[in-house]
Amino acid sequence: MSGPRDAAFIHATRRRFLAVGAASGALLAVAGWWSLRPGGAAPGYRALGKDGVLVSRALIPAILEGALPAADPERETAIRHTLEALDRAIAGLSPAVQAEIAQLFALLGLAPGRWLLAGVRPRWADASTEEAAAFLRRWKDGRIDLMRAGYQALTQLVIAAWYGSPLSWAAIGYPGAPRLSRP
Amino acid sequence: MIADPIRDGLAAGWRVIDAATLESDRVLEADVAIAGSGAGGGVTAEILALAGLKVVIVEEGPLKSSGDFRMREREAYPSLYQESAGRQTRDKAITILQGRCVGGSTTVNWTSSFRTPPRTLAHWKSVHGLASADPSSLAPWFERMEARLSIAPWPVPPNENNDILRRGCEALGYSHAAIRRNVKGCWNLGYCGMGCPTNAKQSMLVTTIPSALEAGATLVQRGRLERLVHGNGRVSEAVVRGVAGPGAPMGHARLTVRARHFVLAAGSIGTPAILLRSAVPDPSGLTGRRTFLHPTVVSAAVMPGPVEGYSGAPQTIYSDHFLDTLPVDGPMGYKLEAPPIHPILAGITLPGYGADHGRWMREFPKLQVLIALLRDGFHPDSPGGTVRLRSDGSPELDYPLGAYLWDGVRRAYLTMAELQFAAGAKTVMALHEDAGPATTWAAAREAIGRLPMAALHARVVSAHVMGGCPMGSDAARALVREDGRHHHVENLSVHDGSVFPTSIGANPQLSIYATAARMAEGLAAALGARPATPARAAP
Repeated sequence: MSGPRDAAFIHATRRRFLAVGAASGALLAVAGWWSLRPGGAAPGYRALGKDGVLVSRALIPAILEGALPAADPERETAIRHTLEALDRAIAGLSPAVQAEIAQLFALLGLAPGRWLLAGVRPRWADASTEEAAAFLRRWKDGRIDLMRAGYQALTQLVIAAWYGSPLSWAAIGYPGAPRLSRP
Repeated sequence: MIADPIRDGLAAGWRVIDAATLESDRVLEADVAIAGSGAGGGVTAEILALAGLKVVIVEEGPLKSSGDFRMREREAYPSLYQESAGRQTRDKAITILQGRCVGGSTTVNWTSSFRTPPRTLAHWKSVHGLASADPSSLAPWFERMEARLSIAPWPVPPNENNDILRRGCEALGYSHAAIRRNVKGCWNLGYCGMGCPTNAKQSMLVTTIPSALEAGATLVQRGRLERLVHGNGRVSEAVVRGVAGPGAPMGHARLTVRARHFVLAAGSIGTPAILLRSAVPDPSGLTGRRTFLHPTVVSAAVMPGPVEGYSGAPQTIYSDHFLDTLPVDGPMGYKLEAPPIHPILAGITLPGYGADHGRWMREFPKLQVLIALLRDGFHPDSPGGTVRLRSDGSPELDYPLGAYLWDGVRRAYLTMAELQFAAGAKTVMALHEDAGPATTWAAAREAIGRLPMAALHARVVSAHVMGGCPMGSDAARALVREDGRHHHVENLSVHDGSVFPTSIGANPQLSIYATAARMAEGLAAALGARPATPARAAP
């Protein structure tokens, strides 16, 4: 539910988003160029670039808060599995959509994009779960379609990566597919 | 051990070419080249091949069969669906589930079989001038395809997810009925959407495609029909390139298919894309316009007891109450159904993230889900979407969601919540980014009334892409004639869901089967083939 909003807050929000709207066009152009640099995928990955790995690693604990195992080594294994599944999923999208996602990660990976659009001060590698969650909240309600679309793409890709894994099933009570024996 | 009819057929010498492994250019000659192996292409291929014509089927997706279908979402979605089941409209507001494999969407659909509703046909006749849109003259085509694909009432009681829809309708006095299914010896597993592991679903993969191959047709799998070469009002050949997977670039080797006639059945995004890439004459600019989706919205409930929506035939009960009680060209009507509930599909459809999302996922076995499929294309304020080409030649559907549609979405959310509470739900939530759980119908009604209706707030999905190459006799309004032949190109036809002038208002597979059968019989006769003996389902 949207909370109560007074006129001053709405005014400030609108002003901020107008500024962001103007800036995001320029940033997207830079990010588009940036994501087209050679050497796309990071070592060991099929689709995720360096920015994609850093941003995803920061976001996974926020998107899957309460769903991931609480303690290592299970937690670290789950995060690694999710990152690998995310990479496979992106590699299965069409080249055009892969390029859009690379552009999104490049945008978030650039310091101005991280500060101005994502609202995250520290580098992604140092961002806390709370800071990552604040970014998701900001984009979920973003006035610019790019933000809401980016939020949905990131959350859905990570959620699909985790719940596709048998590691996630016991906690939600899904027994997995039935064994095939003649009825 | 379950028999795998595809592996057996390949071993017996079916002509199947994997375009993705071609190393040098190759030419195929045929009477008819067909793009697509789904509901339209499969039916067309069987009829033409049994009529003695030499047929080449070109399918962009891979040939997978029961031995590959392991009931795991993370394997099925990337290998069997367009864009790993994440195909989206241009603004990302609608996610489209569409097959990308031999058999097309029929390999992964949920088996729901409906004849084209009479009120849809009446609208096509009166507003779009379709002479063929008549329940009695179409009845023999429906009967024929129902017999061919074992479409029949489903004798097994509905699973709890569907029974809750039935009980809700009973409690509120809404009409409802059982869904007929195209299955034979179904095990009631609930994994239709990941490819049927027991070959019970009578999809194109196990019926018309094997039959066409037995009759000598050639299947090109993992081959994208890049463009048609045409001039002087005729197509001379089709250029096909291999694609190893959805994310892979096209191969360099070129497969050329020369044929007397070309049939496009690549679905309502793929068919317009081929026409647009090929710059096929279209003086009225109709190609890819008026594309419809049955935009679908979703409501989730937590029930007091187990629902286990992952188990049992996924779609067996429906309600047309909100289609039948509204005029087709009045406020947007919607069909109510239940979907299968599996972890990925549930996870990505439930809104939010973090602890809120996790709380819903932990209720997974008690989750009940309803969907409302909105009937688009019947009102002037529902013009549908437009298929366009990206700079790399791949298609993209632009589907703006307007106020007329949002009004239908809000009413659909209200109906679904009311039904779920009437059936005993403890908690209900519209799947919308700004929604929260409600524990009473009154609270849900109040909250739904306040939800902002905007793209990328409401979760909107689609499994039915229709329109984009409308049929009709008036070339100013229709791209193909009612027999499927292109108005401006002599030896080109369209035989898939893209010929419909509006959405169907029901799950479209049987409408496509019957339309394709009607068109294919006409084409076989026009090409001088012997009358086909309708194939019967094997005993």
